[in-house]
Amino acid sequence: MTKGPVLILGATSDMAQAVARSYAALGHPLQLAARRPEALEKLKADLELRHSVPVSLHAFDVLDTGSHPAFIETLPALPEIAICAVGMMGEQVENEQDMAAAAQVMRSNYEGPATILALLANRFDARGSGQIVGISSVAGLRGRATNYVYGSAKAGFTAFLSGLRNRFAKRNVHVLTVLPGFVATRMTEGMDLPPRLTAEPEEVAEAIVKALSKGRNVIYVRKIWWLIMAIITSIPEAIFKKLRI
Amino acid sequence: MPCQTDPVWRYIPVMSELSGWGRFPRHKTQLAAPRSEGAITARVAEGRAIARGNGRAYGDSAVGARQTVSMRYFNHMLSFDEKTGVLVAEAGVILGDVISAFLPRGWFPAVTPGTKFVTLGGMIAADVHGKNHHKDGSFGNFIDWIELIGPDGTLRRCSPRSNDELFRRTIGGMGLTGVILRCAIRLRPVESAWIRQTMQPLENLDAALEAFEAADAATYSVAWIDCLSQGDRLGRSLLMLGEHATAAELSEDKVRYPFETPRKNKKTVPFDLPQGVLSQYTVRAFNALYYWKGARQSGESLVDWDTYFYPLDAILGWNRIYGRKGFMQFQCALPLESSPEGLRALLEATSEAGAGSFLAVLKRFGEQESPFSFPMLGYTLALDFPVNAKTLALMEELDRITLDHGGRFYLAKDSQMSAETLHRSDPRAADYAAYRDSEGLRAPFQSRQSERLSL
Ligand SMILES: Cc1cc2nc3c(=O)[nH]c(=O)nc-3n(C[C@H](O)[C@H](O)[C@H](O)COP(=O)(O)OP(=O)(O)OC[C@H]3O[C@@H](n4cnc5c(N)ncnc54)[C@H](O)[C@@H]3O)c2cc1C
Ligand SMILES: NC(=O)c1ccc[n+]([C@@H]2O[C@H](COP(=O)([O-])OP(=O)(O)OC[C@H]3O[C@@H](n4cnc5c(N)ncnc54)[C@H](OP(=O)(O)O)[C@@H]3O)[C@@H](O)[C@H]2O)c1
Repeated sequence: MTKGPVLILGATSDMAQAVARSYAALGHPLQLAARRPEALEKLKADLELRHSVPVSLHAFDVLDTGSHPAFIETLPALPEIAICAVGMMGEQVENEQDMAAAAQVMRSNYEGPATILALLANRFDARGSGQIVGISSVAGLRGRATNYVYGSAKAGFTAFLSGLRNRFAKRNVHVLTVLPGFVATRMTEGMDLPPRLTAEPEEVAEAIVKALSKGRNVIYVRKIWWLIMAIITSIPEAIFKKLRI
Repeated sequence: MPCQTDPVWRYIPVMSELSGWGRFPRHKTQLAAPRSEGAITARVAEGRAIARGNGRAYGDSAVGARQTVSMRYFNHMLSFDEKTGVLVAEAGVILGDVISAFLPRGWFPAVTPGTKFVTLGGMIAADVHGKNHHKDGSFGNFIDWIELIGPDGTLRRCSPRSNDELFRRTIGGMGLTGVILRCAIRLRPVESAWIRQTMQPLENLDAALEAFEAADAATYSVAWIDCLSQGDRLGRSLLMLGEHATAAELSEDKVRYPFETPRKNKKTVPFDLPQGVLSQYTVRAFNALYYWKGARQSGESLVDWDTYFYPLDAILGWNRIYGRKGFMQFQCALPLESSPEGLRALLEATSEAGAGSFLAVLKRFGEQESPFSFPMLGYTLALDFPVNAKTLALMEELDRITLDHGGRFYLAKDSQMSAETLHRSDPRAADYAAYRDSEGLRAPFQSRQSERLSL
């Protein structure tokens, strides 16, 4: 049986590349979308050589929401699985003062990803099948002084995914929310992250493949993050506001 | 959740404590994993940098004197020619991935070390040898070209036709000529994923050497030595010969899917074993058991490629069985004429010290002409030891015996020899160091090992 195509949005991200490798190894054709598709030529050659699967590259800017419908039309086929890894952390200090910078973080993590996934979800629904994966963040579970602009956008995205899942619960469109804890990627490069709490991109990829095949709804990659976030979200606001974590 | 302005997750250039596979010695170095050519050049410009593949060299070859440049993001295969078997790939590609991709299409590495968890860059830099050195020579014989980032950041393609001196000196050059970015290597065609193995138990060293010479026509040959046996039994060993099985040699069930072999369960050593678990007695017991098990299986059998070439890879993280202090490997090559005497002396010293080596491997080398590669016509012996005062003293003794017999040492295994020992064992070292000076390579490219060995 031929496997369904997998669309990966934000395919230059380390997590996305790991996901691409996993699905190529399973024999799925890949559609890799990024704002710099030329940066993916090497990955395309590599995946085609290793796994003999077709790989197509597509220009895609999540902020250019007006172009999203046309973007979907240019794909060689409507994908069976669509995964959005687009995200942007920005600099919190800058985001506090420069509202244009803050808006870009908000739009890159929420408005853009939500728009493209909503369009895809509608098409999946019309076809009667499809799986959607949104990579959000534990940062969206509670706003903290150190990165609430990013966190709030992820919160919006997480809520959007949950709503989408709810809407399609009785139809054949599935939505998976991924809340990775720390992941060792370009985004976190040079940060001194605790190794036990930090997953490799390959771990995230494996977790996504497994979760989709089992029809899971929300996953945290390393299980310990569920516990950490359960504690963080249960701290009373009166205390939480004085903490610096 | 993390943010660069967080007090806890501040941005700092990462200083890491790094070592090789033996986990000894450990040194502080600035570890970076660049994602672009430009980023590699920037590291090199800071000076005293060395490339790092998958860290399978035992000692400090891949630990930079200041900067260590991990090639982990340069892991793409770029093209493959189905007619000639030439693969173009980035230097950080892992050999095991090459096998996974191309063995099902009938291609296998022309030369492979005893682990598949090495990078192509590391294989070139150490000019690795396999069990077929006596027939095919080292990995360097199967390289069409190399693209290398030099001291000034320029990318040069070198091959036997252009920049040929740089080409020859990069092969076996331990990363000291620059950072290998890409290479073109030739694979060998095979008809199956199976090896026809012949196992011969041999009662002592003389019998083993005789058997090696008699087996000159075999593609692969290697002997495992019980290095605790003494007297008449000194050098008691199991010789394993191998040939790639042709389709005609496979049974009916195998011939239908000649490149499929059973999946193996990986075992992992999850923590450091306490020092001393690997005592003289356990090693003795293991060696005796292994020998008798092998002796009972003597004769011919079909073995899958993974079991035949990479038995240790089945136990991930096996370097932890030697405990926290780590371990060392001793590997020398001896000229053909002095091999019988030299090997005897090395084995006697080891067995007398009672410092049983868990793994003792003997191989026959063929001719080798290169500026700095390790192999030479003769034999090579490799022994593993946990790090302690007794084994450090034994290593010195083994170094001395090797020098006395005109032998030399494998830099990919070395972690503690002195500059004097290297330069006495190998006159090519001085020539290599002079070349580095004349080309301005010494300041930009330096590993802890090259510093220690005055290269
Ligand atoms: C279990 C085991 C079995 C082994 N068996 C054999 C064997 O049978 N035969 C054999 O020959 N060797 C053997 N080795 C040694 C191993 O093949 C070499 O040490 C090899 O170099 C390791 O490759 P690596 O990618 O891990 O390189 P590293 O250990 O990371 O680096 C080794 C050297 O290569 C250089 N290097 C790595 N990448 C680059 C690059 N891109 N550009 C420039 N320089 C680079 C480094 O600077 C360093 O000097 C064995 C090792 C182990 C652990
Ligand atoms: N790393 C972590 O610890 C961590 C933790 C939790 C969640 N996450 C989330 O995981 C996802 C993947 O991140 P990562 O860690 O792999 O980091 P990353 O490499 O920085 O990935 C971010 C990706 O988003 C893309 N992108 C940004 N703006 C875009 C735009 N306007 N249009 C199209 N693409 C755009 C980037 O493309 P370019 O290459 O063009 O810049 C990049 O591919 C992100 O959503 C991130 O928020 C990460």
